[in-house]
Amino acid sequence: MTRLIVVRLFFGALTLWAVSLVVFAATQALPGDAAQLILGRDATPERLEALRDQLDLHKPVAVQYAQWLQGIVQGDLGTSFSNRQPVSEYLASPVQNSMTLMGLSALVATPIALFVGAFSALRRDRGFDHSASMGTLVLASVPEFVVGILLILLLGPGGLDLFPSVYAREGGPEQWVLPVLTLSLAVAPPIVRMMRATMIEVLESEYVQQARLKGVSERVVLWRHAAPNAIGPVAQVVALQLAWLAGGVVAIEFLFNFPGVGKVLMDAIEDRDVPLIQAVVLLIAGIYILVNLIADVVGLAANPKVRVANR
Amino acid sequence: MTERPEPTGADEPTGEETVLRVDGLTVIGRPSDVEIISGVSVTVNRGEILGLVGESGSGKTTLGLSLLRHLKRATEITDGRVWVGERELASLNERQVRELRGRAVAYIPQSPASALNPALRLGTQLTEAVHDTDATPGQVTERVSEVLREVALPDDPAFLRRYPHQLSGGQQQRVAIAMAFVGRPDLIVLDEPTTGLDVTTQAHVLGTIRSMTREYGTAGVYISHDMAVVADLADDIAVMYRGELVEHGRADEVLSNPRHEYTRRLLMAVPLLRTSGHEDPPERDEEPLLRISGLSAGYGRTRVLEGIDLSVSPGECVALLGESGSGKTTLSRSVVGLHHQFSGEMSFDGQALATNSYRRTAEQRRRIQYVFQNPYEALNPRKRVRDQILGPYRHLAGRPANADSVVAQALERAALPASYGERFPEQLSGGERQRVCIARAVATRPDLLVCDEITSALDVSVQAEIVKLLRSLQDDGMALLFVTHNIALVSNIADRVAILNGGEIVEYGPVGQVMSTPEHEYTRALIADTPDFELSFPGAPERPGMESEDRVTDG
Repeated sequence: MTRLIVVRLFFGALTLWAVSLVVFAATQALPGDAAQLILGRDATPERLEALRDQLDLHKPVAVQYAQWLQGIVQGDLGTSFSNRQPVSEYLASPVQNSMTLMGLSALVATPIALFVGAFSALRRDRGFDHSASMGTLVLASVPEFVVGILLILLLGPGGLDLFPSVYAREGGPEQWVLPVLTLSLAVAPPIVRMMRATMIEVLESEYVQQARLKGVSERVVLWRHAAPNAIGPVAQVVALQLAWLAGGVVAIEFLFNFPGVGKVLMDAIEDRDVPLIQAVVLLIAGIYILVNLIADVVGLAANPKVRVANR
Repeated sequence: MTERPEPTGADEPTGEETVLRVDGLTVIGRPSDVEIISGVSVTVNRGEILGLVGESGSGKTTLGLSLLRHLKRATEITDGRVWVGERELASLNERQVRELRGRAVAYIPQSPASALNPALRLGTQLTEAVHDTDATPGQVTERVSEVLREVALPDDPAFLRRYPHQLSGGQQQRVAIAMAFVGRPDLIVLDEPTTGLDVTTQAHVLGTIRSMTREYGTAGVYISHDMAVVADLADDIAVMYRGELVEHGRADEVLSNPRHEYTRRLLMAVPLLRTSGHEDPPERDEEPLLRISGLSAGYGRTRVLEGIDLSVSPGECVALLGESGSGKTTLSRSVVGLHHQFSGEMSFDGQALATNSYRRTAEQRRRIQYVFQNPYEALNPRKRVRDQILGPYRHLAGRPANADSVVAQALERAALPASYGERFPEQLSGGERQRVCIARAVATRPDLLVCDEITSALDVSVQAEIVKLLRSLQDDGMALLFVTHNIALVSNIADRVAILNGGEIVEYGPVGQVMSTPEHEYTRALIADTPDFELSFPGAPERPGMESEDRVTDG
């Protein structure tokens, strides 16, 4: 199994490299060059020329790419154009915020979604199954910011006034509740539906029938016999959903005024802050790859054939 | 028509020696309300085995599962009662049903490969079947080891840490048997537990089941479509036909004096092992149709076949006999060019055959046709029978002048009416599907038909019809390469037989010689392990090769 993980790690690195190529190519394709972008429209030709020298823009594209890549590998993400701060410093706080938001949402949404899905499968075609199916369909078809607005109206200051609807730097932990809740509701439906479908398939299998005929309790049937066989496929969907969270949930961050990566990316695009955009895109791609890698490993670990054969 | 025990009043529990009593059980399917089993009554005593025989769809599995009060989706018991010991199953609540299963009644599934949980270690699956709540973990482990020793499996911790996929098919089935016996049940339901096992393994498993029921005094219900196995094992036999119990009695009585027409048919369908009375195949001077010499084949670095020499003459049936994993399917796939990784010489009608079917001429491909093992997977479910037959015909023999007559002739050779051409595969039974597969193969008028285990997915009674069909094709001059693991079939159909073991041909010769004086010990073991019984009822067809004084002639 170690070998399989190493192979997947290698392909993950390869994908990341491909992303870096695309990102670099895209910035090359922008009208004007970095010097123009930094100095703006009114810059004098002399100053532009001086800055181009400073930024090595006269060197061949390949050399520029190599220098840029070398910097990234060494942890130097460049300097932001708009605020002249190193990108890594500037990004530290939003990344931390976004990762916390993502982690909390994952911790809330995944277990509940798995449980609801498994229980729906067990109660197939009964009341709970039908309402869960309806509920997830409605949630999946409504954009997440609408869910957020509804939650604010219901639980925020305008409604029951339980939680603040806007994130403030000095606020307490209760200000996390609404963003986390909104995101959890947004990522949960596909996980619920996938878990339900996989569990139904597993519950129909002969080994589950055999476990029931052996006289073990329904709880053991569900969690010992059925669940381990459902983990593999479901992990893939969980990974896709969590990776989507990392992709900067701009609308949600905007709605709650949450200082996360999505908001930074939005501002960076507005300011044409190329190093910042590059860094954020690479970061998001990295998280995508990492989360999917974890899902692959979970899927492999859930399969005893793989686990035992390559020990 | 049947020998049903008289019900002695609906509320009376069963006697001390009677472990199971089923009284007028009726199960219907929803929403069609069709009766799956209707009014079935049987009893089984302690230490005895009831053989429950019938074809697929006769309701025998439904009956078997209802003894554990398990009903498949959309089925319902509408009438009748089941007693296991003192318990009447319909009166139990959910918790009591759970306490019944594994303790009073245990179940051994048809296919242990899919009935053992792939994600759980054997130890976990075995220990959870020990329901004794008072037992200490040490006692539980001791009990598990004891049962494992009884089914002749290793009982060391390393074995218990294994996963099901690390065992062979026979070992898996013995684990399933151990799992059923570990809770010391009063009644055990065995649902075709040897289907899919080769004869040697089957003999081991049947021996284990027999000694375990005797030792524990467990009553058994053995579900099967194969009379030969049941005759070997059961004390009582009950025959089911279309949901009804058509015959029920002591095994020797049913076998020697079957009362129902259907029972006779089942008995006569069993291919009997013929060990003598074969005519020697005529000496053939002409060039054989197919000649294989020094063939070796494998997958990647794994060698499967080594040094195979084989020939098939025109109009001859050569059987390729071997157990699962012996390489017989690889050999037959090499002959038709579906498996390319082989070396050695192969010639057909004097011309060398390319390894890859793409590099063979259309004429060579037309003259060698293949029939697959599983008719349920070999037909495209979206195409009519007509198009399934015409597809390869158009490809190999060109556009037919009269398509209807091509289809009609092909179907006729497979003993099907021409009207079947308009049907879809789902409208056909298993036997009819296999006939369509044969019709598709013979439509191009091949000279050699390669049949890869074509009867193993079918009921015994259907097998007999397919064999009859093959024999008539052979009479028309077609050569057959008949691949199988069933030695009794071979003794009835083949002219010559090649016995494959571990990728090598260990014995090769005229079928009469191999059956009567087997030289290799593997062949002798195969013959010894094949369940066999005598057809002794009045009016049974003369069994060729059996001395007349051996036959019981009563009535």
